[in-house]
Formats: sequence, structure tokens, C-alpha cells
Amino acid sequence: MSSRTIISCLQEAKRVAIFGGTHGNEMSGITLVNMWIQNSVEIERDGLVSKPFISNPRAVEKCTRYIDTDLNRAFTPENLSAPDVEGLPYEIQRAKEINRMFGPKGSSDAYDVIFDLHNTTSNMGSTLILESSTDFFNLQMVHYIKKAMAPHTCSVLLNEHPQLKYSTTRSVAKHPIGLEVGPQPQGVLRSNVFESMRTILKHALDFLELFNSGVEFPPCTVDVFRIQERMDYPRDTNGNITAMVHPHLQDCDWEPLNRGDPMFLTFDGRTILYEGANTVYPTFINEAAYYEKQQAFVTTCREILAANAIRKASNVFS
Amino acid sequence: MPCDTSPYVSKGLLCLVQLHSVRRLEGKQLEDGRKQLYCIFAFKITMELVFLPALARMAVSGGTHGNELSGVYVVQEMERQRKEKGESAWPISVTTVLSNPRAVKECRRYTDTDMNRCFNSATLSLPITDSSPYEIRRAQELNSLLGPKGSTAAIDLICDLHNTTSKMGLTLIHYTTSDWVTLHICKYLQTKITKVPVRVLVLDVPISDAYSLESVSKHGFSIEVGPQPNGVVRADIYIVMKEAVDLTIDWIHKFNSGMVFEGGDVEAFKFIKSVDYPRDPDTQSLTAAIHPQLQDRDFCLLKKGDPLFLSFSGETVKYEEEEPLHPYFINEAAYYEKKIAFHLGKKMLLTIPSVQVQKD
Repeated sequence: MSSRTIISCLQEAKRVAIFGGTHGNEMSGITLVNMWIQNSVEIERDGLVSKPFISNPRAVEKCTRYIDTDLNRAFTPENLSAPDVEGLPYEIQRAKEINRMFGPKGSSDAYDVIFDLHNTTSNMGSTLILESSTDFFNLQMVHYIKKAMAPHTCSVLLNEHPQLKYSTTRSVAKHPIGLEVGPQPQGVLRSNVFESMRTILKHALDFLELFNSGVEFPPCTVDVFRIQERMDYPRDTNGNITAMVHPHLQDCDWEPLNRGDPMFLTFDGRTILYEGANTVYPTFINEAAYYEKQQAFVTTCREILAANAIRKASNVFS
Repeated sequence: MPCDTSPYVSKGLLCLVQLHSVRRLEGKQLEDGRKQLYCIFAFKITMELVFLPALARMAVSGGTHGNELSGVYVVQEMERQRKEKGESAWPISVTTVLSNPRAVKECRRYTDTDMNRCFNSATLSLPITDSSPYEIRRAQELNSLLGPKGSTAAIDLICDLHNTTSKMGLTLIHYTTSDWVTLHICKYLQTKITKVPVRVLVLDVPISDAYSLESVSKHGFSIEVGPQPNGVVRADIYIVMKEAVDLTIDWIHKFNSGMVFEGGDVEAFKFIKSVDYPRDPDTQSLTAAIHPQLQDRDFCLLKKGDPLFLSFSGETVKYEEEEPLHPYFINEAAYYEKKIAFHLGKKMLLTIPSVQVQKD
């Protein structure tokens, strides 16, 4: 190793949480977390405590995405500092509670790592979602997971977009990671999707154990897809959609979309083409929960992120 | 050769035969060495020809379950076509209806109770109070609009549009085995649609017990297309459903115009029973998922020893019955709360006569 390699010495990851049921109808995470609450053997590792946790129990009970408002958009500074008054939407109350238990967000008392388990109706396969391009710890973890999962593909989605980035449940932690596995319908548990998510988590916890034991991870690069733009469905003046994702685009997450390629198909059979100047890589194509968020898919561009070598710091500074 | 046809005016009477084919059998060497050629003419009596009344009025209903979106958008599109072309949009009278508008607005299966279980006679005659579930009230409204169920005033055909998260292709569901109009439409769709497998499911229940919307009409059936997640509209699924509706209208128009539809055998699956997921006896939560080798294999033949479920601890639960049966509605989202992992059906052959519209 070059004597000029920069090694980032980082705090060990002792407090780890695994969130399921941030959306109450995304069944893989709910099932895994409930299983681990009953018997945590599978998620135990030396040198860390991993807490399985159901983020939105009322939504899980009703098998619905949310009760009043999307929990995974609720962790804004305004919401987290809202006074405890009657009539506060359930998910905002819950966000404040989660922030107390696992945060406070942005403080040194916050949990080290939170894995937030999600499913999507989109054909995204196994996807890891990052919120920062400069969190070397997360990049190294993702690099480790991808290598361990090979030849099974794990895509990495980066949402660092100033307007499209949102305040996720996991953002309470120092190192938030989203796990998104699809396609799976809401309210359905598919065995293959369940096992994929279980395996990703196994590798993630292995990484944390290795890191905490003092292993040094050399510099690495990670291929990511960076979110660019949200594309909505064509709609009429009443807000109803007038077209569907085109059959040629449906299920083609992560594949190039070029100018002139079919994008939407109207209900009466006309094709609408993609007019963008550059090739993009769409994802979250036809996600059920995003119709109400005015999103048919997001466009991404490919990027290579670099991470320094990392190693557990020998002294812990509070 | 004698050839005799007699006109008949009402369904249910055996009509006389129309000679369909003649078969000549040759051959047979006699034992004492003499050769003789026997020509035997056999009259093959195939199908009776049944005359049935024209189908004057039809309804297409979408959004009976508010999160099954293909039907919602097929109805939206048909209403747009009606605005554009007026009543000549279709060659027959078609009523379009959004069955459960409240559930559609919220993109949920139902608001209070599953509306597609509310059309049995008992529920249709329940007195309505302020605390009545929305769907029971709405079911009675639809019964007034399109029925009343069981009466001569009822609309001739309801096509109720549904999606499933199961990989069932195009499945046509009907509550009886003896409605020749419906079975002829099924047969027609099976021959015309090639993009996906087209199957027929029959329930064999008396009309008063039939609880789904299409039982309000004289010849109703459900068009079920999957796999599609709740809350999603897939273009490929929408196209199949639209084609099924268009071909149904096409069949009715041809039938009403006097075309003879030849009878034959229709392969159908009859519901036998349902199977639930393995559950924890105390909490009732699932302990296994549909096995990867069963997932997406609707209508395959399940034999003893075939895998059914894969438990979270890695064990395979197998099919233990002696009788091979066909699973369907495998891993349908809405059936978790009904304690159904899949249904099991038996394959059967339904023989239907040739039909033609009766002339006034």
C-alpha cells in the first residue's frame, strides 16, 4: 500500500438499527423485523448491538403505506421540532418519537447506522439507496455488499438532488442506508425478494463486524446512479393520468433511455417519446406509491464515486 | 341422406339435429375367408342448435375494487370514446360504470367491506341504516341500476373488470357451469386472444348465493387479468383487458346479427377449496411464503410431494393430497386477510351446444 494513501479513521459502528414497516404494506422488511424481534440470533454480531424496529406500527396493522402522511418524508427539521399538540398527524408524532429513540438527527448521540427496509413495485432488483456521495463509510459498506452479493446485481441509487432529496426515516442516523428490493406488489410477500433482502442485511452486518474488529478497507470506487429528474405521467386538467408507462419502458429500470425511445402509451393507443437530449437511466418505473407524488419514474445518470480507505479510529472522541 | 332441422324458440328444449358429419368405415375381413367390404355410414350427432334471445344491453364495470386499476382506466377510456363518438361508439348498447367510486378515489380495495362479496340475495335485501357499510349501500344501488338480480329486467350481461397480483393471465370467472352464452363468449375469447393464456373458472353456486357483482346480470362474468400490483396500471395488462372487453362486445354484436356459434368443449377449472399460509398458532402471523417453485405457476398441476411453501427457517412444506389439483390466485395480495394462499381447482370439460339468436 502506498504510504500516501489517505485512511479515514472513523468511529466504530456500535449502535445499529434495522427498520421495517416504514411503509406498512412493504412486506419483506416487516416480516424480517418481526422475525428478528422474536429471535435475533441471525442479526447478532460481535462488537455491535443491532435493534430490529417496526417504524410505523399503525400502518403495518392496516397494511397500508401510511395513516395520515408518508413517514418517509416526515423527518424535516420543522416536523422534528413541532410542539407536542393534539391533532398532530400520526406520522409526525411518530417521527418525533423515532428521533428521540434513535437520534437526535445530526447529533453525536444518534445511532451509527440505520438500515431502512423497503419494497417497490418497480423492477429494480436489489437496490441500495445513499443520500451522500461523500460518506466513505457507507460507500465502503455498499462496495462490500455488492462484492458479496455477486453475481447477483445490487444497484446503487444516490439521491443528493437539492429539490428531490427527502427527509427519510433513516436520516436520523449518522450513516443511513436504504434497502429497496422489487418488484413486489404491496401487501404481498414473495419468497425470492424476502431472501434477497435477508442476504443483503447479512452481508451488511458482516461488514460492520469486520470494521469494528479493526479491519482496514482499502480505497474503492462504487458505480452509482445519481437521481436527476422526476418525470410525471401525462395528465388531463382534472389531474387524471392519460397515459401509462410504455410497454418498452415498463420493467426496464437501470437500462438506457435515449431520445426518441417510447416512454408513455395513451389509453387510446398513442406513443409518447422521450425527448431529453441525453441518455438517462430511469428507475422507480411505475411504482404504485408514486402516482400520488406525480412520478412515473426518475431519471438518473451514471457516476463513479470514490471512497478513501477506512479504519476504525483507535480513540473515540465524544 | 336425411337432413332435418326444426326451428325452436326457447332455450332448454332439445332441438333436433343438424347433420354435421358423416364418417365412412371400411374394412373387415370375415373369418371364413370371404372378403366383404362394409361401408358404414355413421351419422355423427354432434351439437344441437339452441336458439337464444338477443343480448340487448350490456354493462362494463371497473373499480369494483378501487385499487385494481386496469378496469378503472378501461371505463375511463370507454367514457371518453362515448363523449367523442356518441352512442355509435359501440355496435350494441353499453353502460359503463365505476362500481366503487369511494374506494377508487382512495385507491383502496374497499372502504368498509369488500363490495364483491355483497351481491348475494341475503345482503342485497338487508335493510339500509345510517350505520350500514358503504359497500352494502352501493351494492344495493348497483342492483337497482343493473338488476334487480334474478328478474327479467336485469341487464343481459355485466363484464366486471378485475386485476390480481397472481400470474393468472386472462381468467374469466363465472358462478355457474350451465350458462351457454357466457361459456360461448369464453370460448370465443380463448380462440381470439393469443398474447396470454385464457382460462375459465367456474364456481357452481346457485344464483342467490353468488356474491359478486356480475351475478346481478343474466349472463355476467368477471374478467380477471394479472399479474399486476394494486395501485399500478401496466400497459400490457390494460391492453389485454381492453381486448377482452372489445371482443365480448364483438361476440354479442355478431350473435345478435344472426351468426351461428358452433358448440364444443370448453375447458374450465372448478373451485374445490382454498389453502391458507402456515401461521404461528399464537400470533397468527405467517411463518412461510409461497415456495419459489410454486410462485407464478398458476394453473399448473400440483402433485403429491410438490413444494407449496418455504418457511422462514428454510423448510419446505409440500402438497400432501393424493388428488392432483390446479392452484390459482397464488399469492393474491387481497387474500392474506381472507386466509387464502391459493385456491385449488379441478379441470373439467364443459360441453356447450351451438347457439344462434332466436328470430322474433
